[in-house]
Order: sequence, then C-alpha cells, then structure tokens
Amino acid sequence: MTSLDDIRDSFEFFDDWEDKYRFLLDLGRELPAMSDELKTDDNIVRGCQSQVWLHSQTETTGDSATKKLVFDIDSDAHIVRGLIAIVLAALNERTPREILDTDIEALFAELDLLSHLSATRGNGLRAMVGRVREVAAQTETQSG
Amino acid sequence: MTLRTDITSARADFPLIAQASDAYLDSAATSQKPDCVLRAVDAYYRESNANVHRAAHKLAESATDAFESSRATVAAFLNANRNDEIVFTRGTTESINLVAAGLAAGLAPGDEILISELEHHSNIVPWQMACQRSGARLVAACVTPGGELDMQDFRAKLNERTAVVSIGHVSNALGTVNPVKQITQLARAVGAVVVIDGAQATAHIDVDVQAIGCDYYALSGHKAYAPMGIGVLWGRFDAFDALPAWQGGGEMIEHVTIEASTYNVLPYRFEAGTPNVGGAVGLAAALQYLRSFDQSALRKHEHDLVAQARSGLAQIESIRIVAEPSEHTSVVSFVSSAGHPQDIGTLLDQQGIAVRTGHHCTMPLMQALGLPGTIRASFALYNDQSDVERLIKGVEKAVTFL
Ligand SMILES: Cc1ncc(COP(=O)(O)O)c(C=O)c1O
Repeated sequence: MTSLDDIRDSFEFFDDWEDKYRFLLDLGRELPAMSDELKTDDNIVRGCQSQVWLHSQTETTGDSATKKLVFDIDSDAHIVRGLIAIVLAALNERTPREILDTDIEALFAELDLLSHLSATRGNGLRAMVGRVREVAAQTETQSG
Repeated sequence: MTLRTDITSARADFPLIAQASDAYLDSAATSQKPDCVLRAVDAYYRESNANVHRAAHKLAESATDAFESSRATVAAFLNANRNDEIVFTRGTTESINLVAAGLAAGLAPGDEILISELEHHSNIVPWQMACQRSGARLVAACVTPGGELDMQDFRAKLNERTAVVSIGHVSNALGTVNPVKQITQLARAVGAVVVIDGAQATAHIDVDVQAIGCDYYALSGHKAYAPMGIGVLWGRFDAFDALPAWQGGGEMIEHVTIEASTYNVLPYRFEAGTPNVGGAVGLAAALQYLRSFDQSALRKHEHDLVAQARSGLAQIESIRIVAEPSEHTSVVSFVSSAGHPQDIGTLLDQQGIAVRTGHHCTMPLMQALGLPGTIRASFALYNDQSDVERLIKGVEKAVTFL
C-alpha cells in the first residue's frame, strides 16, 4: 500500500481536481478488498449514503506491552475507498496511543480534502474515523 | 395582467442563480427564492411586523391582514372552497404529522392505513406512529419496476378495513406523477380518508384540491420558491372541522380555565402559538410569482429540460435512467454501473454541478428497486439548456474516472 509520505508527495504535484481524484480512485483500487465474511452488520459504520465496513484486530509484536491495531476497512463507493486508503496510511498498524495522537482533520485539511470529512457528505468517513479512535481508546484502557 | 411566456427570463429573478457559477440541479430538495419573495418578507418585517390576532393597535391589524390575505392567496392557488380550510404549518412533514395524529385518535386495531413504496419518509413515519398509537396496520402498495405506482396492487390492498389512504402527488426520488384523482375515487369508495403529500407537486403541476377530491393536501413552501419554515395543510372543511386538536397553546383556544379549555374554530385550532407570518407572506408572494407565468409555457419549459436530460444521459455508457414513468415532473434519477451514486455526485460537485445523491429519504423505494441510491437531477423554472448540457458533459466526464 502507498505510504503516507508518498501520498503527501503526490498531492503536492496536483494542480487540478482531476489529477487528485484520479489518484484517489487509484488509491481506492489498490486498497485490499474486505472478505465478504467480514462484511457483517456488526462491522457496518453507519454513514448515510455509501456503506463502510470496519474490522479491527490487535497484533502483539515482540515486546508484548506494545499492541498494534490492524484495521480492515472497505466501502461500496470508489472515492470513499481512496479516502479510506489515506486514513489507513495514517493510522493502520499503529499503537493505540499513536492513533489517538494523530490529527486526521489536520491531514485532510493539508490535502485539501477536509470537505469529505464533513457530516453533510454522508459518506461515513467521519463516523469511520470516530470508530477507529474508539477502538484505539478501548484497547488502550484494556491494556493500560 | 399579461402572463409571462418567456421562461428563460426568470433566471434573472433569482439572486442565487443569477450570480452563481455552479449549476443548481437540486430544486426538488429546495428551490431558490426570487427577488419578489425576498422583498415581500423584508417589507413585512420592515413595515408590518406585529403579533397577529391579538392587539388593538394598527400594526397588529396590518400584520393580521398580511397573514389572512396570504391565507386567501393559498386558498385560491389550491382552489379551496374556503379560506379557513388553510392551516399554516412548518411544512409538509408537520402537515402530515398533524393529520396523522388527529386521525390516529379515531383508529383501532383492525383498521389499515394504505400508503405506497414510493413515499418520502415524511409520509411513512407519521403513519407508523399513528399505527403504534392506535393498533392500526400500515400497508404499502408496490412500485412497478418502471417506477410507477402499481395500481393493480393498490386496488388489491384497498378494502373496507382501509381507514386512511396517504399517497404522494409526485415522487421526489423519481418524479413520477401519481393518478391522485383515480386513487381518491377508489379510496373514497371504501370510505377511507384521503391524504395527499403535495410537496413535489406545488411548483411543477396544477393542483386543484376540489378536482382531486381528497380530504387533506400537504405542501412545503420552500420547494415552491417560498422561504423555509412555512407550509400548508389544506383540509376539506367538514373533515378538518371534525379532526381533534393537535398542539395546544395560544391562538388555538377559545376559553381557558385551569380545569379545561375550549378550542378555537378552524383554522386557528391547528395554529397553536405565534405563527410564521413572514413565511406566510413569502409563500403568498411565491405563489403569485408562480402564477405570473403562462402555466403551459412553464410546464413546457421544465418538461423540455428534463426530456433533454433524460435522452442525453441515457446515451452515456454505464448510465441507466431509473424510472420511465408515463407522467413525470422535471426530475431524472439515474445510476451508473461503473460506480456508486456518491462517486458520480462527488465528481459532479467538483465540476460545479449540484445534484443530490443517495436514498432521497425514500429508503423503502430504494429497497424495492434494489438500489443503494440514485443520482437525482431536478430542474426548476430558472434552469436552462446550458444547465442540462453541463450535466450531460459532467456525467460523461465523471464516468471516465471510474
Ligand atoms: C414527496 C415529499 N414529501 C415530503 C417531504 C418533506 O418536506 P419538508 O421537509 O419540507 O417537510 C419532501 C421533501 O423532501 C418530499 O419531497
């Protein structure tokens, strides 16, 4: 998957919306699809229009004290998949603390994608980021 | 007064359209407002504002006159028999809630309320609530794959248990015009009360409540060039007069003691609290504005735009028009096999084209059609051919991304 640094670098070179959205759609195409078994009602993040599914698990590395969270997120809309790829580049396989310390709004503002996080878009992205943070907070309390 | 026949000149009447670089194709969600409506509301607050029906001073008299003359304008617009059949509400949603709450009091287990799969949530949820309160059962007539009300199914589900029939005049998601006159005749033949949701009809087709023959008709000002927060519930006098009061408060009473109250007459019995007088004035101005146009020229203008949009969109690879109802307003709903409606909507937004995507507050309809939602472009009198061309070019471009 494309790293956050690569995403940032690419965004610097876009001079129109077309390049940006083609790139977003490419990111979405690269995002691994979630297996159908994981697309359960429990894993649905309530958006409004497009559907977003989120599954998480903890991964314990060598040092058992630092758990990392691994997310599997998918959507039925292509542009939302691209946006998910950016969120995952910033938050996936990080410790709960790292996740809670990351300012996704600032990242989306930097990439000039902030409007996609707004509630009126109804794309479930805002709720999805909320859910990722919730999982991180829960995991941190459990292991804290 | 000579009627305006050059509809394209209307664009200049709407500040938010005349100044905009974007194409506004979301008038079914809410319409923009012409200068004359903005000025009427402004003038009301500058020159006539006071509380209505309550004081003996000149301003109160002028506010009351403005309010009551707006009521008369609405009555004339709908071809109501009497002005006191017009109750001002916040909009269609409040109108339907009012009538559903009132009718629920007279319903019992065994009774049925018949709606359709085409309805807006505002014409579903209030009836679900009425069913919860009364024990009545909610029944929905099916939509055909072509997006029309299945009249055979409607007939099959209509019977002597049917106490209420509530159907939209025009579908907001698909633009389908329902045969409300025929529906009313069938429903009244089994003794059902007939409610029509006119939210999408007011600005686009002729509305004559006496010709329809229904008992109640609900509409929203904001979809017909009037301000938000004002709407109407028309009720046939004898039916409406028998409906139990809804919200309690000032204005709706005749006499109050701590023990009990007696209620005012129609329409005041259903207008508890200080009404939206400025909104009513704006609504009257909007209806007069609508009627300043030659109606057949107006219908033709909107019809031509949507026909051009429908045929242009249908030619685009991967695009499917969702419904081809035999009679429809200036709405076109479509989907693309290449992407989610939201993808198309986002790519159109980037091109300065405002459409609505999603379920359009008609989730049961989307479920019946097996769709996650649609892209809906809706036209009003201020749209023109250049808007349609932008839409078609915009969609052509959007699908190349997917
Ligand atoms: C067919 C229909 N009914 C009811 C409503 C609800 O109208 P309002 O939100 O103005 O109360 C709408 C608005 O979208 C509609 O299109």
